[in-house]
Amino acid sequence: MNNTSDPIPISALEHYAYCPRQCALIHVERVWDENLYTMRGRDVHERVHDDSSHEAAGIRMERSLPVWCRRLNLTGKADLVEFCGDTPYPVEYKSGHRRRGVPETVQLCAQAICLEEMLGLAVGKGAIFWHGSRERQEIVFTEAMRRQVEEVSATVSDMLEKRMVPPPANDKRCEGCSLKESCLPSVVADKDRGRRAARELFEAKP
Amino acid sequence: MKQLLNTLYVMTQGAYLSLDHETVRVEVNGDLKLQVPLHHLGSIVTMGNVMISPFFLGKCADDGRAVVILDRNGRYKCRMVGKTNGNVLLRQAQYQAGQDDDHTTAIAAAMTAGKVKNARNVLLRSARESGDPEEERHLRKSADIQAEALFHLKSARDTDHVRGLEGEAAAAYFDVFTLMMKPAERDSLPMNGRNRRPPLDPVNALISFLYTLLLNDCISAVEGVGLDPQMGFLHVPRPGRPSLGLDLMEEFRAFMADRLAVTLINRKQITLEHFEPRPGGAVYLNEKGRKEVVAAWQKRKQEETEHPLLAEKTLIGLVPHLQARLLARHLRGDLESYVPYIHP
Ligand code: SF4
Repeated sequence: MNNTSDPIPISALEHYAYCPRQCALIHVERVWDENLYTMRGRDVHERVHDDSSHEAAGIRMERSLPVWCRRLNLTGKADLVEFCGDTPYPVEYKSGHRRRGVPETVQLCAQAICLEEMLGLAVGKGAIFWHGSRERQEIVFTEAMRRQVEEVSATVSDMLEKRMVPPPANDKRCEGCSLKESCLPSVVADKDRGRRAARELFEAKP
Repeated sequence: MKQLLNTLYVMTQGAYLSLDHETVRVEVNGDLKLQVPLHHLGSIVTMGNVMISPFFLGKCADDGRAVVILDRNGRYKCRMVGKTNGNVLLRQAQYQAGQDDDHTTAIAAAMTAGKVKNARNVLLRSARESGDPEEERHLRKSADIQAEALFHLKSARDTDHVRGLEGEAAAAYFDVFTLMMKPAERDSLPMNGRNRRPPLDPVNALISFLYTLLLNDCISAVEGVGLDPQMGFLHVPRPGRPSLGLDLMEEFRAFMADRLAVTLINRKQITLEHFEPRPGGAVYLNEKGRKEVVAAWQKRKQEETEHPLLAEKTLIGLVPHLQARLLARHLRGDLESYVPYIHP
């Protein structure tokens, strides 16, 4: 069986950068929890994701644009790419409020790398739009960011191929994670707790 | 904690369910009886002659909301779900565990221990509340038999051994079941052990109906995490039988169904007038009785509890879902053993 040629969804890079186990739960195990958080996230995406092109104030807007990169074996859709002249400018929509996050920039930079390969143009900047606080944050793609995309792509590719599910982070990240219910980070991380409960199960307290 | 999505139970004969934007309309003879937003609705359960529009069914499939069809007595007919949220790796692990005798025995023993321990707790609670020393003694004796079964389960040889221990413990439990009811209620609703298919007395009819509600919730929980409801460990897989759903419900029977039945009877919320005897001796809840029980069931699921293993507060109605997840994580190798829920 050879699934190395399956392209990696760009969203998986973002998930991996947030928490490797989250990435595995979604892309290896295909767990997806419908809680309010994800439902709200989906609403935002449904609005931007009706594929269309239109032009406003000299800027061409491509919504839900398929993007890919053969070199890194990536595939995905960019929420929005603005073309000012020829230069593409990817914009990623996020529900919630502005955070200082590496995961979002990895995802956005991956889109930029895809656009560069597809169009043969340099893509130097992009933006993240935070739906909750209606803020737009410009991101300049640095060399370090690009290297990170390459590294994460290689690691995720390996993880998907081997169908690995790493142990939970079980830290502050879990509070904001929509997969907490499926992941069960605290019990899975705390082996002793499970062992104790398994032992006590067969004891009848008076 | 995740919210408990509601279940809409439609029991009125001749009702018609249709989609109206993001809501479901329930009409009876052309009159609008109810209109509820779909947002917090996790599943729809219909009993008997209830019609559903294809648009509404399609919407439920898209949203991953299950539609369960039961006959008028609550017997399971079918369950419609949308695209499988297929976790094929999980199912592979489930089948592998099912092929491995030691692993199957370990899971079956843990599930049975959960059942027996929860039954014991219900018996002990009734013993404490009993005003009659003789009856208290009987209840405690039955609790001791549960404790003994628990002890033997720890070193059960194989699944047949587990099933044997389960059978003995269950018999001792139902021997004293009526002692949990108040004496006056025992006289008006006599019961002679456990019988089913069909139930032959009102108490059995009530318990059977509650078990059906519980089983539906357990099948939903199992399917919700991507497990195959037909591939059980304690219950032998048999075509058409929701063996894993039956497995999972074992640990919940005593405190969710039996204890609720006793409470409804002792509070006179359910009395003889809620039952319908059929020629030949079968007994079922009538429509009024079913409505009363479903309302009590929904209320019970909204009660808060503390999950001992997760050390988190949760709602009783969510516990089957949490347990299905623990089982899934165990099968995927994240947890060394499956630990059932023990009700505090
Ligand atoms: S709950 Fe925590 S460990 Fe689990 S996937 Fe989310 S962030 Fe990672």
